[in-house]
Amino acid sequence: MHASTSAVKPRTKPRPLARTGSRYAHYRKYMVLYLISLPGIFFFLVFKYVPLFGSIMAFKDYNVFAGMWKSEWVGFAHFKRMFEYPDFGRILMNTIAIGGYTLLFAFPIPIVLALLMNELRGRLFKRFVQTAVYLPHFLSWVVVAGIVIGILSPTNGLMNQLLNHFGIDSIYFMGEESYVRSIIVGSGVWRDAGWSTIIYLAAMAGINPDLYEAAQLDGANRWRQTRSITIPALLPTITVLFLLQIGQFLDLGFERVYVFLNPLNGGRGDILDTYIYDVGLIQGQYSYTTAIGLFKSLIGLALIMGANALSKKTTGEGLY
Amino acid sequence: MNAASTSTPTSISSTIRRKKGTSYVIPTILAVICLIMLLPIFNILAQSFSSAAAIGDQRVYLWPVEFTTSNYEAILGQTSIWRSFGVSAIITVAGTLIALAMTASLAYPLSRAEYRERKGVLTLVLVTMIFHAPLIPNYLLIKQLHMLDTLWALMLPGAISAFNLFVMRSFFLAIPGELIESARIDGAGELQTLWKIILPLAKPAMATMGIIYSVALWNNYANALYFLSERSLFPLQVKLREFIITDSSDLATTAADIANLSPEGLKMAVIVIATVPIMMVYPFLQKYFIKGMMLGSIKS
Repeated sequence: MHASTSAVKPRTKPRPLARTGSRYAHYRKYMVLYLISLPGIFFFLVFKYVPLFGSIMAFKDYNVFAGMWKSEWVGFAHFKRMFEYPDFGRILMNTIAIGGYTLLFAFPIPIVLALLMNELRGRLFKRFVQTAVYLPHFLSWVVVAGIVIGILSPTNGLMNQLLNHFGIDSIYFMGEESYVRSIIVGSGVWRDAGWSTIIYLAAMAGINPDLYEAAQLDGANRWRQTRSITIPALLPTITVLFLLQIGQFLDLGFERVYVFLNPLNGGRGDILDTYIYDVGLIQGQYSYTTAIGLFKSLIGLALIMGANALSKKTTGEGLY
Repeated sequence: MNAASTSTPTSISSTIRRKKGTSYVIPTILAVICLIMLLPIFNILAQSFSSAAAIGDQRVYLWPVEFTTSNYEAILGQTSIWRSFGVSAIITVAGTLIALAMTASLAYPLSRAEYRERKGVLTLVLVTMIFHAPLIPNYLLIKQLHMLDTLWALMLPGAISAFNLFVMRSFFLAIPGELIESARIDGAGELQTLWKIILPLAKPAMATMGIIYSVALWNNYANALYFLSERSLFPLQVKLREFIITDSSDLATTAADIANLSPEGLKMAVIVIATVPIMMVYPFLQKYFIKGMMLGSIKS
């Protein structure tokens, strides 16, 4: 085991030894390093790559008894069916609408919130604000849904109590299609807006204070400083996060949406992920929903690559 | 950078900035935002401690009305809740230990220059961050591994998060190579070095990662929904979902049994019970999570 005693000769830099010894000698010497990395590599191969290659079932007619390999190839039949199916169009529209609202509201709000928080000077109040806005992030989506459903309840919810105070009749928010998208997007903002400010606050902390001082000497007020120094300094961070967000455009997350759905509001609320769960897993249409899943991944990839190329051309910033 | 900056220390410049603009507009806006964040939580707490009559008459806002703990007593009197609590506790503790061991044991070799294959392995990991396999192939994998209706299905698929792996690796990279060097000169083997020198140094990192993983495990319910059909294995989040959303549980009967209880009050009590463990570690969470986030954002 302790073959490593041969490493007594001191090295000055932690870089690989010049390839003096044979390949075999190297692997033998660092065998332990390679060995302990195996479980992790194995994990990625099994739990990430096997399902990835399993996606080819989208091009087959998966038969539970025949198994993956012996099932028949059907080419793009499942994709064709997907586009012909009227429900699919509706669900794709739901996904795009909720994704679009998320981009529109959930993305910029943390930036504004971070800019506001950055202006706070009192230490104690600053800590209080941070604690309060980070808090909801740690609640599970089920708990968030429980809170939201409780607040919006027509019989005892805080929201309707307030509406009644102003003489407005109670609204059954969870029971009407027209509210479900706002509820999903709004609860996402409530849970994660504060948390998303962290990266922006970190970026702001890295801005050279001399810049503000110079601006002050030039007579710039706070708002002018924010506009001319803080926001430009944040732009690279904003760009990168925006690109990531675009890549996840259709990846709204099963957990956060599924908790808000019920038979009354599903018409405008169910998204690709929840559809895949219902039709694929519950009803057993494996190949068809794998095709939908693959479609979703490819759109996401195309979006992120397109946005990245565009961003590189216009701003010079990109993910890669 | 410029001539002016060298003559003025930064502390003075920030005090100049502080003196101006003592506006109360921004603090007020933020105070309102804090209220929006906290009011729902207070309302839920208040309802869970209020009597059924007070809730029914819409008299509960932010403080309990006709204080009672009967909601909690009714919930905690159910064995199924305790069982779910136990399942959640097991998967959180065991799952976190597995995740930490797996993540650290891959992150450490990847931080060492002597590990020649690191480029290849890092690429292997990166690809999985960009392409996600659809749900069904994942499900069939778990099925083929005979992990359906076992708690392994809740702990193993998430044992390494690629993002956490990179954060962990950068912690290890920050440890000076001379330390490893000197340990080797003293005759320590790789395992000894890792166990006695690297891991103790990486304790803060391990704590951070441990908290991140345990919150994810405690809060996750999708995996249980996908992979479990055996009700006795349901973790707390799934149980909670039954209680608050689908109403297809023993809740209605419990409420009907005891005249003094309302389903609403019971629901609120369940929500609070499922949240208490997270809230107890919240101070640590906030501190460590933010450190982890910052590090992750800087490195990636």
